[in-house]
Amino acid sequence: MARGSYHSVERRHHRLHGHVLDEVIRPVTVALAGQPNVGKSTIFNILTGMDQHVGNWPGKTIEQKTGDYRHNDVLFHLVDLPGTYSLTANSEEERIAREYIICEEPDVVVAVVDAAILERSLYLLAELLVLPAPVVLALNMMDVAAQEGIQVEPNVLEAALGIPVVPMSAAKAQGVEALADAIDALAHGEFDYRPNVPTIRPDHEEILREIESLIAEHVPPPYPTSWVAVKLLEGDSVMVEMMKERLPSDRRQEVEHLLHQHEDAILDVAGARYDWIGRMTRAALVRPRAGQVTVTERLDRVATHPLLGIGVLLLVLGIVFWLTFAVGAPLQGWLDLYLVHGASGWLAGVLHAAPAWLRGLLVDGILAGAGLMITFLPILLIFFAALGILEDTGYMARAAYVMDRFMHLMGLHGKSFLPLCLGFGCNVPAVMGSRIIESRRARLLTILLAPLVPCAARMAVLATLAPMFFGSRAFLVTWALVGLNLGVLVLVGIALDKTLLRGERVAFVMELPLYHVPNARTIGLSVWHNLLMFLKKAAKVILPVSVLIWALSTYPGPGIAHSILGYLGRALEPLGAWMGFEWPLMVAMITSFVAKENVIATLGVLYGASEHGQALGATLTAVLSPAAGLAFLASQMLFVPCVATVAAIRQETRSWRWTAFSVIMLLGLSLLAGVLIYQGARLLGVGV
Amino acid sequence: MTGMSVPLTQLASREEGAVIDLSGGRGFVSRLATLGFTPGAPLTMIQNYGHGPLIVSVRDTRIALGRGEAAHVLVRRKAVDG
Repeated sequence: MARGSYHSVERRHHRLHGHVLDEVIRPVTVALAGQPNVGKSTIFNILTGMDQHVGNWPGKTIEQKTGDYRHNDVLFHLVDLPGTYSLTANSEEERIAREYIICEEPDVVVAVVDAAILERSLYLLAELLVLPAPVVLALNMMDVAAQEGIQVEPNVLEAALGIPVVPMSAAKAQGVEALADAIDALAHGEFDYRPNVPTIRPDHEEILREIESLIAEHVPPPYPTSWVAVKLLEGDSVMVEMMKERLPSDRRQEVEHLLHQHEDAILDVAGARYDWIGRMTRAALVRPRAGQVTVTERLDRVATHPLLGIGVLLLVLGIVFWLTFAVGAPLQGWLDLYLVHGASGWLAGVLHAAPAWLRGLLVDGILAGAGLMITFLPILLIFFAALGILEDTGYMARAAYVMDRFMHLMGLHGKSFLPLCLGFGCNVPAVMGSRIIESRRARLLTILLAPLVPCAARMAVLATLAPMFFGSRAFLVTWALVGLNLGVLVLVGIALDKTLLRGERVAFVMELPLYHVPNARTIGLSVWHNLLMFLKKAAKVILPVSVLIWALSTYPGPGIAHSILGYLGRALEPLGAWMGFEWPLMVAMITSFVAKENVIATLGVLYGASEHGQALGATLTAVLSPAAGLAFLASQMLFVPCVATVAAIRQETRSWRWTAFSVIMLLGLSLLAGVLIYQGARLLGVGV
Repeated sequence: MTGMSVPLTQLASREEGAVIDLSGGRGFVSRLATLGFTPGAPLTMIQNYGHGPLIVSVRDTRIALGRGEAAHVLVRRKAVDG
């Protein structure tokens, strides 16, 4: 992706005094920078549409989005930088954003700010303007500002800042053309760019100059010396390390001495940036009269109330789960019946003359695996859409706030609630979502707890099997088992916090963004990318393992009863007997490692179900007591997560030891629950 | 107008004040300063139930803070008449 590559050079018709001149121009690289929740992704999505590439930043676990946009025959190559509050190395995101701007030298940086919280969101601009790349200010959320009674004058702000300022309401697709025009003009030198750059306060001017002269010959290009000096004064850990390595020892000691004397400089540096912001906005910003109650304030009286807030949260989650089961589950069944069974019937027909092994491999191995992924899509779609809406409206931060108290029990804070909540859809995004947590200890704890959140697939198994065992009382059993999982989650969380993962509590500091109407396009695109990623990732894992399990359950045969898996199940039967299980249940549990839904398919095969679901239910209730049934459901709910989740745990913890710890812990919990329930029921003489 | 200096946790809901100083680790101070908690910055307590996290409005933004974190922010109470 080399900049200025002439592979994509194109011709632009440049109109000058009525003449059309042919001019060879290269694509313009545009970096989008902004704080979280300012609508940066919305702008990126409107410009690039489906034409975007989602990957990771080189060597990092943070998502990188790039895309192209054509404007008046100019090709913009857009790079969406991670959302950051500043450019000090407090987080991985901040390091990535500033490294990109300094080292990759984009032609234009678009600083996206929220007009409704202008002061705070201009802080990033104060940091961007001292870097070499020219900046366009995208003054977004003008509509939200108006709704909150805040008036901003873009022209006045532009005159004060000396850089192009474009008013926008990206959620309503307003101002996007004007932004593209401004980028184009700035990139081609058609704007009189004279940025008003923030300076440091007088009391630190001298020391800053001193540091600058000490480090000047040792700062590696392309870092600007003055910028490095300010970062040193701010105590930026990465810059301190970099200069430590490069300075000769006498200068290093001098610099260290100066920095030590001015340890509080960060407050002054940040204060000076806010002073500058105050001067820039004085004439351009009109705040609402004091005492005026804004929309956000009114909504927050309920949403962040310690009691009412929990009620709202339960209601919201209830609606999401209701949608999943009322809309997603039937759709899933429909896809399974018509698409997957239809396709496998057709394929088996086509292959009727083929050898049995080939038919088995294609129909029961590959097609079954692919079908599984497809039937997963409706539920994931609903979950990703619901979470996207909650995030985009600003409600998610409120959920984290009301849950903070509760999460403290486990030594976590509200931010861990979001990834754990994702776990109800699928444990994989829950594990991956833990990245938003700053401290490694809290992140690890969240990752270890995530598989205890019952995912949609586990819930589907539960929803299928519970009625077979318990008929009309299945609903109660379902709730009890979900409660069991969450109870175990809390207990394990408390236990780990008090033992293995004892450590300092992480700082809970979180912005509560203003509420706004969600943008359908942003949510749609994020759902689309999430589903695509799931399919790609799942195909890599599920297809081979599906084939493997097919082979293990087919050979040497005949039938699964005489297969490798069957023998393994029998070998484990003594263990199963503690929980009242027959060997097919052990086999079903093993196959659930591939995908939770395999439980039903395996039981169907082993108990010789016909194409009617009822047949399986009848067999199951005949061979299993209700106590054993309950024990089976409970240990299924607590069992080791699917292979995709385990892979995600390994990826996020970057440790095989913690991955193994997670697997063994869950295995133990699952067995313990099964044994306790079955033996308990026997002792009480209920349901056996 | 100069009132008492107290930790942020002492401000009641709807009470106003101004930041005097921050304490704690460098990363923590840097994060809070970035969000606008710099000496002199006026702030308003939005929600403080005396336990659990609190919400404070600083530089037009609502920030949720844990109690432990808020204890590291020293503020000057705005004198209230009456």
